[in-house]
Amino acid sequence: MKKLRTVILYFIFMLISFVTVYPVILVILLSVQDSDELAEMTSSLIQFTGEYVDIHYIPQYPTLSHFIDLLIFTPEFYTVFWNSLLMTGIILVFQLLVAVPSAWAFASFRFKGKKLLFNMYVIFMLMPFQVTMLSQYIVLDKIQLMNTRWSVILPAIFSTFSVFLIYRGFADIPRDIADSARTDGANEWQVLRYIGLPLGKHGILSCLVLSFLDYWNMVEQPLAFINDKSKFPLSLYLPMLDMSNAELMLTSSVITLVPAVFVFITGQDYLEQGIISSSLKE
Amino acid sequence: MKHFTLHKQNLKHIPFLMPGLAGVLIFILIPFIDSVRRSFCAAITGEFIGFHNFSIIFENEAFTLAVKNTVLFTVVCLPLLIIISFFISYALCKLKYIRLIKSILLFPLAVPTATLVFVWYILFDDAGYINSVIIGCGGEKISFLHSMAAFWVLTGSYIWKNLGYTVLLWLTGIMNISVSLTDAAKVDGANERQCLFCIILPNLKPTLYTITIISFLNSFKVFREAYLVAGSYPHDSIYLLQHLFNNWFVNMELDKMAAAAVCVFGVVFLAIVLLQRVWDKES
Repeated sequence: MKKLRTVILYFIFMLISFVTVYPVILVILLSVQDSDELAEMTSSLIQFTGEYVDIHYIPQYPTLSHFIDLLIFTPEFYTVFWNSLLMTGIILVFQLLVAVPSAWAFASFRFKGKKLLFNMYVIFMLMPFQVTMLSQYIVLDKIQLMNTRWSVILPAIFSTFSVFLIYRGFADIPRDIADSARTDGANEWQVLRYIGLPLGKHGILSCLVLSFLDYWNMVEQPLAFINDKSKFPLSLYLPMLDMSNAELMLTSSVITLVPAVFVFITGQDYLEQGIISSSLKE
Repeated sequence: MKHFTLHKQNLKHIPFLMPGLAGVLIFILIPFIDSVRRSFCAAITGEFIGFHNFSIIFENEAFTLAVKNTVLFTVVCLPLLIIISFFISYALCKLKYIRLIKSILLFPLAVPTATLVFVWYILFDDAGYINSVIIGCGGEKISFLHSMAAFWVLTGSYIWKNLGYTVLLWLTGIMNISVSLTDAAKVDGANERQCLFCIILPNLKPTLYTITIISFLNSFKVFREAYLVAGSYPHDSIYLLQHLFNNWFVNMELDKMAAAAVCVFGVVFLAIVLLQRVWDKES
């Protein structure tokens, strides 16, 4: 009886898992179909003639030629890919430089107004982008950064969410360890460097993984603050292509997916830790 | 002397905190306070006009539609996600080999929305694959992107994306309940259902608090799917506050944006405080 239940449960989870990965598998399968097969599929989407879309799960003539077309003959793709990489990279680096010391300040010092300030960070971390959209615009417009890549990068650097996540990692470090280093004569930067960083590593790495996945997929900010199409990130470039360009759309979808999947697989433990430590209460 | 060291101690955090705090003040807090001020002022002349902007947005048809949809979306999605993910995690903790399942459920978190735009069309278009299956089974064609069905497609994609996140939080919550507690109850003759309702569920309240807030925050990100697939003006059933903010921004109607931002801030703030109150009282 118990065995039967286990088997049924595994079977249900197989179904759920299948539904979960189905759309991604579909993108990958379609990206290796040849142009005729794709054109046949998309023709009814472009102009409806009474025929419905039919998906060939096994490509008739599998080919990688679209990828070659994309990577060699589509220079605009490089611009967009580079935009995404540049923005995400700069945001992550500076976010760490700013958030690690802030988190350390919250985790290892006592000062007046700390609780209030920390609560303010948490409140703004929980606010949707739309609430701060106008505020960010006012500043960006004042310092004339609208329609530059910096309009997306600068506000993101000061994300309070990463301070919170890294703080969680630091807060787990026993106070005694840091205190004994202090009595041995280490200054605060040394304590952070030799005790905080190694022991709070998991908080920092989970912040990196979560931030990467979020900024790689960023839509709201560039949509509002960037007009110039040559400065768009991948997430806004793809939807600009139309159905008649199915090959380009599919292959760039797959290439967009690659870095995210890479980070997901290598950083999965940190991703899980990051999600778990985003708990607001212990 | 003692007073002096105390004072010195109190300033040590400044170099650590300052760079980040300065950025937060410049990019978030001060301009936010400014946009609160703006919400009470006329857009062009800047003179004080009280609650005029607020009364304008509340009479605005697009605003009421967007608020209605956003509230409806939240009220439908949150409980649905929370309940489904709880059942999944409860079932998962009865199984042995869950690592792979956990990874698969988390995977959508890594998939950029833009990657799936094409698949969305293939599947959900009027002439799309799902309709072809429905008609093959003898059903009626459903217009997924241009009818009330769009709302459910969006709900589905929200749950697809966030299921792993919430399952993971629930699982951690369930695993943290000490086994001795449930074992003791079983020795005393409690059956599985009693264990669930009298021990596991009451102990999961803090987890529920976290999940509710995080899922609520993430529910605003469905705008990505809605926008990338259906553009600035999607079907009425999925015209959300996020669309409205964006469209106001494009038209530079900043006074309305300010008033609406203050309203959304107020609602989210109240929700957080209220949830926290409830939680504090329970414990």
